[in-house]
This record gives sequence, structure tokens and C-alpha cells, in this order.
Amino acid sequence: MTKEKCFILGIETSCDETSAAVVQDGRKILSNVISSQVELHKRYGGVVPEIASRKHIEMIDIVINDALEQAGMTLEEVDAIGVTYGPGLVGALLVGVSTAKAMAFALDKPLIGVHHIEGHIAANYLEHSDLMPPYMCLVASGGHSHIVWVKDYKQFEIMGQTRDDAAGEAFDKVARILGLGYPGGPLIDKLAKQGNKDAVHFPRARFEDGSLDFSFSGVKTAVLNYIHRLEQIGESYDRADIAASFQHAVVEVLVDKTIAAAKKAGVNAIALAGGVAANSALRELMVKKASEEHMKVYYPSPLLCTDNAAMIACAAYYGLQEGMEAGLDLNAVPNLPLLSSNLPNWK
Amino acid sequence: MDKNKIRLVSKSPEDTIKIAYTIGKYLRPGDVICLGGDLGAGKTAFTQGLAKGLGIKEHVTSPTFTIVNEYYGMMPMYHFDVYRINDPDEMMEIGFDEYVDGDGISVIEWAEKIQDILPPYYLNININKKLEEGDNYREIVLEAVGDKYRPVIDQLLSLFNIIH
Repeated sequence: MTKEKCFILGIETSCDETSAAVVQDGRKILSNVISSQVELHKRYGGVVPEIASRKHIEMIDIVINDALEQAGMTLEEVDAIGVTYGPGLVGALLVGVSTAKAMAFALDKPLIGVHHIEGHIAANYLEHSDLMPPYMCLVASGGHSHIVWVKDYKQFEIMGQTRDDAAGEAFDKVARILGLGYPGGPLIDKLAKQGNKDAVHFPRARFEDGSLDFSFSGVKTAVLNYIHRLEQIGESYDRADIAASFQHAVVEVLVDKTIAAAKKAGVNAIALAGGVAANSALRELMVKKASEEHMKVYYPSPLLCTDNAAMIACAAYYGLQEGMEAGLDLNAVPNLPLLSSNLPNWK
Repeated sequence: MDKNKIRLVSKSPEDTIKIAYTIGKYLRPGDVICLGGDLGAGKTAFTQGLAKGLGIKEHVTSPTFTIVNEYYGMMPMYHFDVYRINDPDEMMEIGFDEYVDGDGISVIEWAEKIQDILPPYYLNININKKLEEGDNYREIVLEAVGDKYRPVIDQLLSLFNIIH
């Protein structure tokens, strides 16, 4: 870009949140409006797709207008529009994608399609001006658990990923077992602070081939079995101990495998991203173990760990730099894979 | 004995995977499986085994957030988790009828949520925990709903009789 300043409007509607943001030069947040739908979903114990898309439709215009107003600019002053086009719930994604396409067409501005996970990774750039590729990023949320080698701003290699449930999903399910509510991550994190992480040893899934993949379906079953066994013999159990021990089992695997991946790739920086990156035990253990390996750890503030449009605008900025402009045939892709080659459609 | 039903015993997640793998070998394009069982019963393990039986190389990950995941092996497998669906209309939004009328295998978890829009024939598979028999003991009940799946049940019946 030859222009001095570059303003990107980001839009994110892949799951719970309707969000719009304006980011300057990929790194400076001018506004980041998130209309959280979590209150609504709490009543149902999870994401309800139909409600998600209907609410996105109701909120999208309001959120975009707020984001522009807070940034003190008009739509015409925006240089490009970035939008999440997958993965996520198709009805929810379509609200953002259709809105972004309509605006790009009407304003004749470049449209950039952003992979949701790439957005989470980019959240780190918004708060850490010294962070630059290459580094290893652990992306863990309710829908994803990936170890991604960020070779360059637009070059990714997946080093490991879950073979069944996502890490955040395990937190949600165990919170349900313990009767804590939704979303499970913050509730377990809070309860775990009062418990002993070494009270129960829940199994860590390891693969015989030394793979850096994860598996979190088994640990949830182990928690269930543990509770059932105690109930059968009429013994009481400490929910805080179970929360702490479960959390430790998950966090330890996430940390060990991310550090192993960093060593394998020969990088000395690690970033955390996604909702689970807000977990205090994960941050603590990652910093501790990484410092033993002389690696530096970056993580976003809790707000930027959740789904938000600033991270999408940031990722879109680097897409624009590479000329990765999407056509107006950009579509929502619910199972979009994270591959450098298809990120995003070349025009 | 109910000719539309078979009961199998699994004593470990590996057993569940093996049973599902074998069942996968007998499925035909367009078949629909409704898969039931409590949290931790082994629905994930079962679906992983089924996928292997269908020649799918990818790992089968949870469709909880995406509602449906697609896999491609010798034939496609569409894996649904409709736990979060409240109204069958929402399934039409994601093209449910095209999936079940297609030439892949549809595996539907929490199918009771969408009872009204299920096809008239399907294979109902329930994984029941029996904790009094041990943590890992499961009874896997296969039931043909509608005549279309009777031959599959018959084949599996003779097959598993030989094995056991």
C-alpha cells in the first residue's frame, strides 16, 4: 500500500458474537464493538443456531454503525472490508459475509475473506507490537484446538489438532457434568482456584506415534466415571478438586505439545489465542514451562481472546498487503480448513 | 426375539470402534443412522469406527459447533450433532434434506430433537452404559426402523453370531 494510513472495517459473525471493528494499519484498534449474545445462549446451555442467525441480522447494522462512529469515520473512509467466511455456523456466517459483500460492492472497496482461526492468531498483533512471525500459536476455543506454526503473516502449517472434541468443548461438557452452567471455561477456571489440581489424576491422551494431536473426549468420560464411582459407593466429592484436576489435565497437554511443536520448528516465541487462551492456569503454566526453554509467550487480553472483529480486521490487513482480495462470489464455508494455499480466494 | 433388533456388548472404547467398523462395512449409500447415548457413552468412538469402516482417513471431530461435518471415503459420511437445534426448520436451513437424500451415510446424534423430519426408514443405534457391569461396559442396541434396514440387521446378526 502506498497510502499512509490504511483503515480496515472488520466483521465477525461466525458464532455467538456480532462484532464490527475499525483497525488502522493492522495493529491499532480504533473501535471494536461486540454485541455479546452469551446472555441469550445461557438459557439453552449452548449455541442455538437459529437464534444466532436471527440475532446477527438484528444486530449487524447497529454494530457496524457503532464501530464507525467510535472510530470517528465514515464508511467511505474505510480502505477495505474484512469478514470471517468460515469455519462456523453457516446461517450465522452468511449474515456477515452477505453484509460485507454488499458494502464492498456498493462502495467499490476491496473485500478480504478471513479464516476465523487466522483471526484469533492475529489478535496477538493488536497488543504486542514486537510480535512478528515466525512463532508457534496455540489456538484453543469451544470449536477449535490447533497448534499452528505461523511462518509468515499469511503462511501457516498445522502441527497438531484435536482428533475429537475441542478443548473448550471439554470445558463446557465438564461444567455441565459439575452443574456449573455455560460457558464452562471461565466457571471452571474460577472454581479450580479453590481446588487441588493434584487431587485426581485424569488421563492425558498421548498417541503412540508421538503426534502433536490432541484428544479431549476421553478426559470428559474419565471425569464422569470418577463421579459415578463415588456416587455409587455413596461418597461425596469436592467439585473444586475435580475442576482443578480436570483443568490441569487439559492445560498440561496443551502446554507440553505446543512447546514440543515450537522446539520441532525451531522457533522461540509462542502465542496463545482463542477463548481458552483466557484461562489463567493455561497462561501460568505456559509462561513457566516456556521460560525454562527460553521462549517468550504472548497472549491477548481476555476481551481479544473471545470472538471479535478487530482480530478479523487485523488479519484482513495482512491479506490486503498480499493482494489476497476476494471476489463477490465469496461464500460462507462452515468447515473451512486452515491452509495457506486457500486463504482466502484469489480474485 | 425381536427380528428388527440386535444387542451387542462392548467392554472398551476399542471394542466400540471395532463393532462400528464392522457395521460401516455393511452400509449402503443413502443410509441414515440415528445414534443415541448419554454423555461419555462412546458416540464419538462409535462414529470414528464407522468412518474407518467407510474408508475415511480423516479424524472425526465433534460437530457440536458446526452442526454437521462432512467426510469423504469410499462414500461420503455426514456427521450431525443436533443437540442445539430447537426447531426442525433450522435443519432445513443447513440443507438437511439434501444430506439425507444424498448418496452418503448420515449419522445423526440427538436425533430425537428432529423426530418430525427424520426419514421413514433408519437404523437406530443406542449405546447404553451399564455402570453396574463396569465403567467401560456398554450395550449397543441396533434397531431397524422400517423394513429397509431389515437385511442389514440380518447380515449383522449372522456375522456377530459367528464372532461371538
